Amino acid sequence: MAEYAANIGLEVHAELSTKTKVFCGCLTAAGAPPNTQVCPVCLGFPGSLPVLNRAVVDYALRVVLAFNCEVSRPSIFERKGYYYPDLPKNFQISQKRAPLGRSGYVEFPVDGEMHRVRIADIHIEEDAAKLTHPEDDRAHSLVDFNRAGMPLLEIVSEPDMHSPSQVEGYMNAIRSALLYLGVSEARMEQGQLRFEASVSVRPADRAELGIRVEIKNLNSFRAVLGAVKYEIARQTKAVQAGETILQETRLWDDLHEVTAPMRTKETAMDYRYFPEPDLMPLVVDDEWIARVRAELPELAGRRRERLVREYALSDYDAGILTAEKALADLFEAAVSRGAPAKPAANWLTGRFLYLLNERNLTAADAALSPEALAEVVELVESNTISGPAARQVFDRIAFSGESAKKVVAELGLTQISDQDELGTTIDEVIAEHGDAAENYRKGKESALKFLVGQVMRKTRGRANPKLATELLEKKLKAD
Amino acid sequence: MKLTPEQVEHVALLGRIKLTEEERELFTTQLNSIISHFEQLQQLDTSGVPPMSHAVPVSDVFREDEPGESLSTEEALQNAPEQARDCFQVPRVIE
Ligand SMILES: [Zn+2]
Repeated sequence: MAEYAANIGLEVHAELSTKTKVFCGCLTAAGAPPNTQVCPVCLGFPGSLPVLNRAVVDYALRVVLAFNCEVSRPSIFERKGYYYPDLPKNFQISQKRAPLGRSGYVEFPVDGEMHRVRIADIHIEEDAAKLTHPEDDRAHSLVDFNRAGMPLLEIVSEPDMHSPSQVEGYMNAIRSALLYLGVSEARMEQGQLRFEASVSVRPADRAELGIRVEIKNLNSFRAVLGAVKYEIARQTKAVQAGETILQETRLWDDLHEVTAPMRTKETAMDYRYFPEPDLMPLVVDDEWIARVRAELPELAGRRRERLVREYALSDYDAGILTAEKALADLFEAAVSRGAPAKPAANWLTGRFLYLLNERNLTAADAALSPEALAEVVELVESNTISGPAARQVFDRIAFSGESAKKVVAELGLTQISDQDELGTTIDEVIAEHGDAAENYRKGKESALKFLVGQVMRKTRGRANPKLATELLEKKLKAD
Repeated sequence: MKLTPEQVEHVALLGRIKLTEEERELFTTQLNSIISHFEQLQQLDTSGVPPMSHAVPVSDVFREDEPGESLSTEEALQNAPEQARDCFQVPRVIE
């Protein structure tokens, strides 16, 4: 049977985190009550005029330059016409012929090798309103225009991905870059990152691409990967059976994990783009480009290399820390407050990520302060608290934002390293467990472990286990 | 190039405009005369001329990222033919 190869392209829509909308002064704050962040411009009232938010261009330019794109000069806005109740003007202001950025690329590691995906186009557009479909009124839909006019950046790749793992690497690279560039919060559960994929298959020995199928309704990494896997399998099977692939748009069904053809009228895709007469061309000058370029922050790849170099971390640990900007920020802030690098990294890549995964959160959602992290590390290093006590403290400060020292004091977790104080407890344990003590003296090593355990229990984990073992041995041998 | 009445009907549909039989014929004739005027313009060699998107030589008009005035929900909804739960209400768009 012939081998088949897939070509996958991705469109990423990212909501930019400017204070106000792209063409009006309405706020972009999430979670506001319906239709409270609206004005004549974003409601599409006749006679209202859009004016471009300078910060949107600044944010978009960061992404354009970080992804090695050429800047179109002039860059123009166009009207993309279609009818849907989420679109008040019956057109969306977008860019088509002269997008702000084009012909760039992104590189990212996949299975230890760098993979390059070309970026066809990066453009600015406005978001549409949000529709809800109430359960208790099946005849109507409701429109909230708070989201209408929110600034979106659309990043369109060439079909340069060939496997789900490359798609995953690409999405991670894009999301990470958006966070590092400080242009989007990129929260998928709030719809701040949305995707559309195109998938085609071809015989592996043929360069010409197969017929492409577009997939919409992809709102999470999981959905994109599920849809891509499903489409590759479906199309490969169809081609092997000698069937022709239809050029069509399909929708991903999250529940049943399948794609299904979207029912569309044949005229639906005729957007009739034309230049938006209300918005003047955008001509970003050399100075602006130079300034944004000079201020571009270090992205994940570079930072990873630096963490290895500066803090002697393993490449693996540095990779985990830098994958999430907030995590790497916490690490560096804790180290700058005196925490030794290795244990600080271990807390973050170990217990912290475990707790976050368990709760389905990211580092940016947690309340852990770098001061508290530095304190935990210091308390353990100085033997002030035991390992189990440290974990108990950490689990609390990770989400409460409290000081570790305060929690230790409150819970009375200070480790007992005082010989006399511990000695008294040990005498009690030996008296209460005479047979275990006898067994140890007869040469049964495991009895010692049991007795140490009893000491820990009696002190509620506060005994310094090393000291407890030493004292027990000494006392048992002396008796 | 000549526009057919069917193409005019298609464009009308895209614009959600309902045409009578007479209007369709009338607009087909009118649009065809506009197109033939542009065909005349197209005989000019414009290979060295960049496409013009705007008629006035103005670029880079910005506003700063400062909050402006928004409408209250009541104001925003006051002309809505139908409303419910502080939203504009429209006929159901999905099943
Ligand atoms: Zn507005």
